[in-house]
Amino acid sequence: MAKAPRAAEPPITNRERPAEPQPYDASKDELLQFYKEMLLIRRFEEKAGQLYGLGLIGGFCHLYIGQEAVAVGLQSALNGDTDSVITGYRDHGHMLAYGIDPKAIMSELTGRGAGISKGKGGSMHMFSTEHKFYGGHGIVGAQVSLGTGLAFAHKYNDDGGVCLAYFGDGAANQGQVYESFNMARLWDLPIIYVIENNQYAMGTSTARAASEDQFYKRGESFRIPGIQVDGMDVLACRGAAEEALAWVRAGKGPIILEMKTYRYRGHSMSDPAKYRTRDEVQNMRDTADPIDRIKKLLEEQGVQEDELKSVEQAIRKQVNESADFAESTPEPEASELYTDVLVEFY
Amino acid sequence: MPIEIKMPALSPTMEEGTLAKWLVKEGDTVSSGDIMAEIETDKATMEFEAVDEGIVAKILVAEGTDNVKVGDVIMLLAEEGEDASSVEGKGGGAAPAATKDDSPEPDAKADEKKGDKVEDSAHPTQEKVETGTRQLFEAAEKEGRRDPEVPEGTEMVKTTVREALRDAMAEEMRSDPRVFVMGEEVAQYQGAYKVTQGLLDEFGDKRVIDTPITEYGFAGIGAGAAMGGLRPIVEFMTFNFALQAIDHIINSAAKTNYMSGGQMRTPIVFRGPNGAASRVGAQHSHNFGPWYASVPGLIVIAPYDAADAKGLLKAAIRTEDPVVFLENELMYGRSFDVPKLDDWVLPIGKARIVREGSDVTIVSYSIGVGVSLEAAEQLAGEGIEAEVIDLRTLRPLDKETVLKSLAKTNRLVVAEEGFPTCGIASEIIAICMEEGFDDLDAPVGRVANEDVPMPYAANLEKLALIDAARVVKAVKKVCYKG
Repeated sequence: MAKAPRAAEPPITNRERPAEPQPYDASKDELLQFYKEMLLIRRFEEKAGQLYGLGLIGGFCHLYIGQEAVAVGLQSALNGDTDSVITGYRDHGHMLAYGIDPKAIMSELTGRGAGISKGKGGSMHMFSTEHKFYGGHGIVGAQVSLGTGLAFAHKYNDDGGVCLAYFGDGAANQGQVYESFNMARLWDLPIIYVIENNQYAMGTSTARAASEDQFYKRGESFRIPGIQVDGMDVLACRGAAEEALAWVRAGKGPIILEMKTYRYRGHSMSDPAKYRTRDEVQNMRDTADPIDRIKKLLEEQGVQEDELKSVEQAIRKQVNESADFAESTPEPEASELYTDVLVEFY
Repeated sequence: MPIEIKMPALSPTMEEGTLAKWLVKEGDTVSSGDIMAEIETDKATMEFEAVDEGIVAKILVAEGTDNVKVGDVIMLLAEEGEDASSVEGKGGGAAPAATKDDSPEPDAKADEKKGDKVEDSAHPTQEKVETGTRQLFEAAEKEGRRDPEVPEGTEMVKTTVREALRDAMAEEMRSDPRVFVMGEEVAQYQGAYKVTQGLLDEFGDKRVIDTPITEYGFAGIGAGAAMGGLRPIVEFMTFNFALQAIDHIINSAAKTNYMSGGQMRTPIVFRGPNGAASRVGAQHSHNFGPWYASVPGLIVIAPYDAADAKGLLKAAIRTEDPVVFLENELMYGRSFDVPKLDDWVLPIGKARIVREGSDVTIVSYSIGVGVSLEAAEQLAGEGIEAEVIDLRTLRPLDKETVLKSLAKTNRLVVAEEGFPTCGIASEIIAICMEEGFDDLDAPVGRVANEDVPMPYAANLEKLALIDAARVVKAVKKVCYKG
């Protein structure tokens, strides 16, 4: 699988690069679908935050509020039968964008037996192999190598699938990310590395942590091209996904998408957010909110206020039901303590 | 006086090798740096360079000769001003002989030469330094009693541990297209320790994959590929380097099945040499068995002989669970009986009684089993019959076999080539205390390496490592005989 050594090249190369992606030209129905999915994530996460405050959710709980356009826009472009997705600990939104039952997710957050991991994983460790969603990983950056392995399996099996591996601007500084970049390009694995740049790795801004804060360039020394995308615009996200998928499916190897996004909430629930001003957050909410943006587009396209209101109500109802379920469904049986440690018996 | 060119040792444990090819012939002039011959061991082929200048006077060992002992004179080199044709070799001018004197350098002759610099360089003495790892290596030729799982009348084939491991991988790769091997130097180089020899030729570069030196990355890629439905075998050149990758072994491979409520499996084998190798110093001499054995979600296997290596590696590749498979470099070249069966697979989690005895039980694993067998032989000479148990699997640990033997002998010693603190020995002792207390006639004894990083100096290394004498001493102590 190795390649022949290449001769030295001048610093400016004319090697092929992906085209500048165009915003996705969504139909009214598709726009409405994006709106619904993003709103579901927003309301779900708000509810999760509330349940956390009530003591019903424990441990770490990383909310996706503000970043909804990324998961919804990108995943809407995937082939659900063949493509795989993997992400880090901020994983609720990616699962909801896949249409995974909010009840299974919320009851995992409350640690109940009906949770998608039987209550044994929690917020950071959720999986749905049925949807080719491979987690939900708690170690920053681990999903990048694991996702590269999923891409390896796609290529090995020649199944036409592409892996979408999400990680943050913080994980982008981990060493294994570059080990993975190297091998992914060496072997031209079908993978899209999605850097969700929400500008803060916990409390450390990219300005303080990244010597190259233009993350889309991080693959250059491995000959992996990158595209910077407005991650607050679901149509830009979808458009970039189309371009990236075309690149990878054409056998050109991996590609990086840097999604410029923003999280409104703290890193986890107990984050005092002293590292940024309230004004900064409010300004993003007022001027760049991904849901407001699509709502405006829908209104421009003649969707009536009451139709949007009924969408909103239906989502609220769905989220409330998932919360009620998650509060009332029982905790796992005590015997579950010892199951699933190993698959086989020895 | 011609210079004697001797069969070199290519590694500290090499005792003999094949003189594969001569690249010079009699009458050729050589100068330092010229490659004179190719020498092969089961592990490697090496080019043998000239150090001295001169004319090849006599080739004493023909190319293609196997089992040439380290230190045997293989060629005579006439020095400047010397008549090459007048040099008489030990072969006496006849066809180069493959058999040679067992003691090529009589001590008296060596002593005579002391103080004479010219003659010293012409007649260098082959050193055979006594080291701790050499003792381990030498004890590791001991073969335990045959595995009761082998059907009566089965033909047994002498096989090195190295070949047994390779055969296990090849057989599983033939029967399951999902199985592939990945690691540093596993393909084109044929394995850093030649364990994957021949696999590239048979299975091609789709399934035998050379990686860059990037343990964390390829351990993660392997784990991800397993999650995606494949059956990776990830080779670490040694387990010392797996520390770079331990996050994926523990956090990704071992925990995912549990965290996902049984939804997502990671059927992967992480394998490679573990424990002390010969004189490689602290960073390359660490037994990680206890580390991995402490983690729920992992299977940890550490075989001793070739039959177990083969049968357990095949089982490891087949199981749905992640396996850490700890080999031992000193064992790779050791030969043992392997049953000639179409599909020799052993159960994971079962210890094996490699020697039966009634007076005391010695529990060990990996290379410690050889030391224990050697100790048992010495003890037998003193009237103490030791039962030796090879744990084979460190997790899950076969408590039943250990406790049953303890109930029989009432005395137990653990012999472990590894640090004494928080070792497998500690665990065995805890099990004996908790579940075998009433069977104990003496406190359980522990023989482990010294509690220091592995030193390089031969004498210190010898002091640091376990040996049969220490096991004998510990056994006598628990038997109240000395």
